[in-house]
Amino acid sequence: MIADGVEDEEKWLAAGIAGLQQNAFYMHRALDSNNLRDALKYSAQMLSELRTSRLSPHKYYELYMRAFDELRKLEMFFKEETRRGCSIIDLYELVQHAGNILPRLYLLCTVGSVYIKSKEAPAKDVLKDLVEMCRGIQNPVRGLFLRSYLAQVSRDKLPDIGSEYEGDADTVVDAVEFVLQNFTEMNKLWVRMQQQGPAREKEKREKERSELRDLVGKNLHVLSQIEGVDLDMYKDTVLPRILEQVVNCKDELAQYYLMDCIIQVFPDEYHLQTLDVLLGAFPQLQPTVDIKTVLSRLMERLSNYAASSADVLPEFLQVEAFLKLNNAIGKVIEAQPDMPILGVITLYSSLLTFTLHVHPDRLDYADQVLGACVRKLSGKGKLEDNKATKQIVALLSAPLEKYNDIVTALKLSNYPRVMEYLDSETNKVMATVIIQSIMKNKTHISTADRVEALFELIKGLIKDLDGTLDDEVDEDDFKEEQNSVSRLIQMLYNDDPEEMFKIICTVRKHILAGGPKRLSFTVPPLVFSSLKLVRQLQGREENPFGEEESTTPKKIFQLLNQTVETLSNVPAPELALQLYLQCAEAANDCDLEPVAYEFFTQAYILYEEEISDSRAQVTAIHLIIGTLQRMHVFGVENRDTLTHKATGYSAKLLKKPDQCRAVYACSHLFWVDDQDNVKDGERVLLCLKRALRIANAAQQMSNAARGSTGSVTLFVEILNKYLYFFEKGNPQITVAAIQSLLELITTEMQSDSSTPDPAADAFFASTLRYIEFQKQKGGAVGEKYEPIKV
Amino acid sequence: MVLVLALGDLHIPHRAADLPPKFKSMLVPGKIQHIICTGNLCIKEVQDYLKSLCPDLHITRGEYDEETRCLETKTLTIGQFKLGLCHGHQVIPWGDLDSLAMLQRQLDVDILVTGHTHQFTAYKHEGGVVINPGSATGAYSSITYDVNPSFVLMDIDGLRVVVYVYELIDGEVKVDKIDFKKTTATTHSAH
Repeated sequence: MIADGVEDEEKWLAAGIAGLQQNAFYMHRALDSNNLRDALKYSAQMLSELRTSRLSPHKYYELYMRAFDELRKLEMFFKEETRRGCSIIDLYELVQHAGNILPRLYLLCTVGSVYIKSKEAPAKDVLKDLVEMCRGIQNPVRGLFLRSYLAQVSRDKLPDIGSEYEGDADTVVDAVEFVLQNFTEMNKLWVRMQQQGPAREKEKREKERSELRDLVGKNLHVLSQIEGVDLDMYKDTVLPRILEQVVNCKDELAQYYLMDCIIQVFPDEYHLQTLDVLLGAFPQLQPTVDIKTVLSRLMERLSNYAASSADVLPEFLQVEAFLKLNNAIGKVIEAQPDMPILGVITLYSSLLTFTLHVHPDRLDYADQVLGACVRKLSGKGKLEDNKATKQIVALLSAPLEKYNDIVTALKLSNYPRVMEYLDSETNKVMATVIIQSIMKNKTHISTADRVEALFELIKGLIKDLDGTLDDEVDEDDFKEEQNSVSRLIQMLYNDDPEEMFKIICTVRKHILAGGPKRLSFTVPPLVFSSLKLVRQLQGREENPFGEEESTTPKKIFQLLNQTVETLSNVPAPELALQLYLQCAEAANDCDLEPVAYEFFTQAYILYEEEISDSRAQVTAIHLIIGTLQRMHVFGVENRDTLTHKATGYSAKLLKKPDQCRAVYACSHLFWVDDQDNVKDGERVLLCLKRALRIANAAQQMSNAARGSTGSVTLFVEILNKYLYFFEKGNPQITVAAIQSLLELITTEMQSDSSTPDPAADAFFASTLRYIEFQKQKGGAVGEKYEPIKV
Repeated sequence: MVLVLALGDLHIPHRAADLPPKFKSMLVPGKIQHIICTGNLCIKEVQDYLKSLCPDLHITRGEYDEETRCLETKTLTIGQFKLGLCHGHQVIPWGDLDSLAMLQRQLDVDILVTGHTHQFTAYKHEGGVVINPGSATGAYSSITYDVNPSFVLMDIDGLRVVVYVYELIDGEVKVDKIDFKKTTATTHSAH
């Protein structure tokens, strides 16, 4: 049972450590008394603990580390001994008398270290001897640790360029040879571990092997640190030898780890220059090796290298990196037809990132990569795998981030094709990413063609794609989506009116396919874009020789009419009414009387037939009166008709106070400051009097219903309007009328049945103050106000 | 010193995508004590954004606002000043000073803030001050041509208020200021 096994291991380890420590103690005693023989005897006994087969690599490591520490002390002693006159050659020979081979070899390596340091023999000879002697240990775990020890003690004694151990006979070639040999042997041992033990313990073995992998990889690291290993040596010797071992060992675990190790450990420039060789190794690996991850990491490294400085980019071009990588990936995918789609996308994603960094101006390369993706995706239908979809989103987002400009991304012909394979949820996510990119970079999309391409891409947001169910969409999310589309429409713009009109038509075509739910979000921004265009054209002279086809305000108004009409499908009558009035004002500014009249008609129809909520009616009336008041384009007849209707609506509002206010607002329809022919004093007075009657009626109703006459606010408001027109010079407003109104209010306020209303009181007080103030002004105004007694 | 931000008529997303970046970088949370907004934001996102700048947010209803429960008019007292807020589409003729003055008298406030015309104005008359902060995004208006984005910051200190107007003209933020002094302190007793 596993629990037992672990317990046993702990026991053995404890026993091993105890044995080791005991012998170490005696060894130290011998060292202190300079007793070489005893030192060797006890050190050999100590090292015998490492002969155990009972420990897992993890535990063996603990034992090994203790031995390692002790051996350091022994090494120092050996160094002292040689200084005292003992011959190192003799020592080297002496330690070989140790009984068992493993302790013998550890001692030999330790002495060897001192030997090399003494320079009594060339480093390469000692190293060669040691690396070959270690063959005596064929047990994987013991062998790996022994050779690891050798690597550790020899590390600083390699005859590298510029090292003290370099000589005529000793060169960096020898150093490299030594490390390569050690590496090769270690890898063989490591791979052999896979074969040991029963088949059912395969997983356990692989885990143990994993624990030891860094011992093997360390050699590659050492190689990368050797100064003398330049590009040529790497290309000619180091890489081929390593790859030979990697390929020949035919072990999945080793191949994966070592390929990755090579990529991580050696410089990127080397990889670039040996790309052929490196990539050539991949197809020779075992079919179960996760090549795509290794390849992806290679591309990632190269991407970062490219991004690090512009100087390195020419190198990439020179070695045709893109071509080679593209081919390599193609081959890998071909060789593994069952590779899950996630793998394929990951590969192409890494390649795309690489392309964007290294060849930012080669859109055709990027398009190629996307095209390869499309080919691989085709025939598979919409993707179901979540991870794969996420990877595709990452793939598609990369060009957006790199180019900071959706326009460039739009030029990639395969971009929309990749999007076809996303399910509708992800399609929307991607569409949102695209819109966010545009908003963040404040990109203006300025041609109708690009708008068309863009709306194709984001069609997931613009309309219901096949297969989506309405109920599934969260309302808040939906609003957010549509608001972002709304904002997007603001970014579609071109100074040239012809192009702008085309853009508007394109957008219109798409949003009208969006269904009633979307229209109230998408129609308003389109309407205002159109109105802005109208205003732009307004400024220009109408070209009498212009082409039939050119854009005119009239054409735009026709389009607007048809567009606002679609809101009846939603239905959104209040919004539609507001938009009609906006259009009317714009038509007014263009002096297009029939067009303006038509818009007013539409607005009035909506008011009469669709707007029944009281509060909505009040707002609508204010807008109608406010807009109408500003119209100067209407002839007398038209104006009269519209005004008559407006006053009619005002008088029919449900609540009396609303009626009153709307009616006195109508008074302004008959008096416009900058239009001399619209100064009908009589009709103004009629309105105000009507308002008074309504206010009176309101008082009476209040008295009847509640026993008190309610507030005098309405009267004060009307009084203010009297003063307004009085000041403007309306001859029908007399001092007497004002005076009597003042008295009426005062009486009402003092009457028993009135409700005290501090707000109304304050209003009246400030009105009186106003009258006083006007009197004080002197001049014409003062004279006018003088007769009013407060 | 109390800072009051007055702005409105953003019309996001119907007529504008967002506040100008130069404005956004100036409006930092924690510096302003009150925000008064004339209306026509139009969506909740904008309201949330304003709330993040300052939790004391007052809004009145514009005709395009998504939130229909806002009031048509609002009054509040800040220091010695009474402020009134209204979108302004209800006051006809639109932008007419005398009609706005009437509203001011009706609300009995020293400072009346309205919008709708997208045109910055600050009028001083016997009753007090009428301010229109314009449109913070420079949104299209049927009433005003060539709208420059603008907003107002009021610094209320005792009986004095300094009105700073920030306008974005040709890509540069221009600031102007106007001084107003009250003659008498606010009385809170009823007549």
